[in-house]
Amino acid sequence: MPHLPDATDPSPLIHARGLTKRFGSFTAVDAIDFDVAPGESFGFLGPNGAGKTSAMRMIGCVSPVTSGTLRVLGHDPASHGPQIRARLGVVPQQDTLDNELTVRENLVIYGRYFGLSRAECGRRADELLDFAQLAERSGDQVEHMSGGMKRRLTIARSLINEPELMLLDEPTTGLDPQARHLLWDRLYRLKQRGVTLVLTTHYMDEAEQLCDRLVVMDKAKIVAEGSPRSLIERYSTREVTELRFAPGIGETLDGRLEGLAERIEHLPDRILLYADDGEAAAAAVHQRGLQPEAVLVRRSSLEDVFLRLTGRSLAD
Amino acid sequence: MASLAHPRTTFGRVFEHRFRQYRRTFRASLFSSFLLPVLFLTAMGLGLGAYVDDGTSEALGGVPYLVFLAPGLLAATAMQSAAFEATFPIMGGLVWNRTFHAMFATPISGRDVALGNLAWITVRLTLITTVFTIMIVLFGAASSPLISLAIPAAVLTGLAFAAPIAAFSATQRTVEKFNAVFRFGITPLFLFSGTFYPVDQLPLLLQPIAWLTPLYHGVALTRALSLGTITEQPILALVHLAVLLTFVGVGTVLAVRNISRRLVRG
Ligand SMILES: Nc1ncnc2c1ncn2[C@@H]1O[C@H](COP(=O)(O)OP(=O)(O)OP(=O)(O)O)[C@@H](O)[C@H]1O
Ligand SMILES: [Mg+2]
Repeated sequence: MPHLPDATDPSPLIHARGLTKRFGSFTAVDAIDFDVAPGESFGFLGPNGAGKTSAMRMIGCVSPVTSGTLRVLGHDPASHGPQIRARLGVVPQQDTLDNELTVRENLVIYGRYFGLSRAECGRRADELLDFAQLAERSGDQVEHMSGGMKRRLTIARSLINEPELMLLDEPTTGLDPQARHLLWDRLYRLKQRGVTLVLTTHYMDEAEQLCDRLVVMDKAKIVAEGSPRSLIERYSTREVTELRFAPGIGETLDGRLEGLAERIEHLPDRILLYADDGEAAAAAVHQRGLQPEAVLVRRSSLEDVFLRLTGRSLAD
Repeated sequence: MASLAHPRTTFGRVFEHRFRQYRRTFRASLFSSFLLPVLFLTAMGLGLGAYVDDGTSEALGGVPYLVFLAPGLLAATAMQSAAFEATFPIMGGLVWNRTFHAMFATPISGRDVALGNLAWITVRLTLITTVFTIMIVLFGAASSPLISLAIPAAVLTGLAFAAPIAAFSATQRTVEKFNAVFRFGITPLFLFSGTFYPVDQLPLLLQPIAWLTPLYHGVALTRALSLGTITEQPILALVHLAVLLTFVGVGTVLAVRNISRRLVRG
């Protein structure tokens, strides 16, 4: 169910009903409904090919809507594409930096696309270089930078027009943990400043860190919607007990785990017991005389929500 | 809210980007635009010309070979530079660096991307042909002050290739077919479109094919200006001009369409 803003809510920055994208006979986005309110951080969580990028490109007004309603910043992308794009900050999934130019030149030239004066572009570029912690690399050619730096530059670049709405398509995919945390920190600061963020990810920790509210997408459809916490409450138990058995043992357990948890998931490499008290479930496993090689009790995550909703694991 | 530039001038921002890229390689590029005409005019014009001029040069309109050749080379060089500028940089912006997609995420439209690139190619060609024309004059190979008009004629010749080739490049995902464009398009045209000898020296069968190509008309127009013979056949010159303009016009429409489609597809 889409979140319906009540009467006191300001009008949504994005409003989508029955939003659909087809490529020929293939449906990449299948009649999805959602709203994004000002100041909110909104996420699309889903595996490869779920349709996240296709949805983001429609919101970014670069890919025409096949059918359904889409309003971005109150306007129709079909008739007001350039005007809407003037107020967006876009971080595409694939980097689109100019490798031949320097870090600073990339920022300045991007500002020029928005019709800003050269002086203004320069001023904002310097500010953004500080924000992205790239000031020391200002004069370096982009080609020689690491993936994390390029991503930070792309985010800095998307801020040059002081956007009201940011669209981030997998902002941290392919980065090492340190680079991801640095990026999360920068995005968190933007969120604190009241910038509305819409992001896609297939990392549940990223979604949990950054999103106030998210939709889980699978096979072109939205399968659930809510805050990370509410989704976990609704679709999972408080805790999860992960059991790993020696190879071959897992298949012989038929029925022996019955009744130990609210729900049991058999994955190729482990068995998940969904119970509010994970330790109690682990103890019960031992009482039944089972001897798993490893036992891990953890809190439920969005990964578990996804598994519950789709029967598949989110991780690649 | 960011101010919106006037839609008719937004392609200038794309032009500005191309110019910034060019500044990095400016020196090397300027050097080669001087070097190339010097090499060609010396080797072909003076070297080969010494043999050609020994015989009868009636077929060449009674002028020394160097004088005949120079404007042809000017137009052919414009074609070659245009073909290069309309292939690899377009592929770069759409596929390699994806910088055109970055532009398209802003108020810049697909039309702006196409027109900004063609505007940039026009300036590049103007630079190259101006340098070439100066060298022609220094070699004493210009026989009319109308040679100055050979510059726009050669630029137009280049654009007659750049626009349709840019439209083609926008449909490609790899450079594979670019080799074919050069091998089966640009190089044969260079050899058979009247650059080195009048087209009526070709077998009768090939002559109508030459007439269909923009380089034939570009060479003829550029040569008529350089030799000053344009006043003898003004109607023919207008035909050449019309053919070139048609190629530029149709090519530009296709380039705008194909580049826009490609940006939408992602
Ligand atoms: N331009 C296109 N033409 C045809 N099919 C497309 C096009 N773009 C995307 N698709 C298809 O639509 C489906 C959804 O793709 P999309 O890129 O939106 O998924 P995604 O959720 O962003 O995946 P990922 O996590 O891999 O980025 C895929 O099956 C993809 O092959
Ligand atoms: Mg994607």
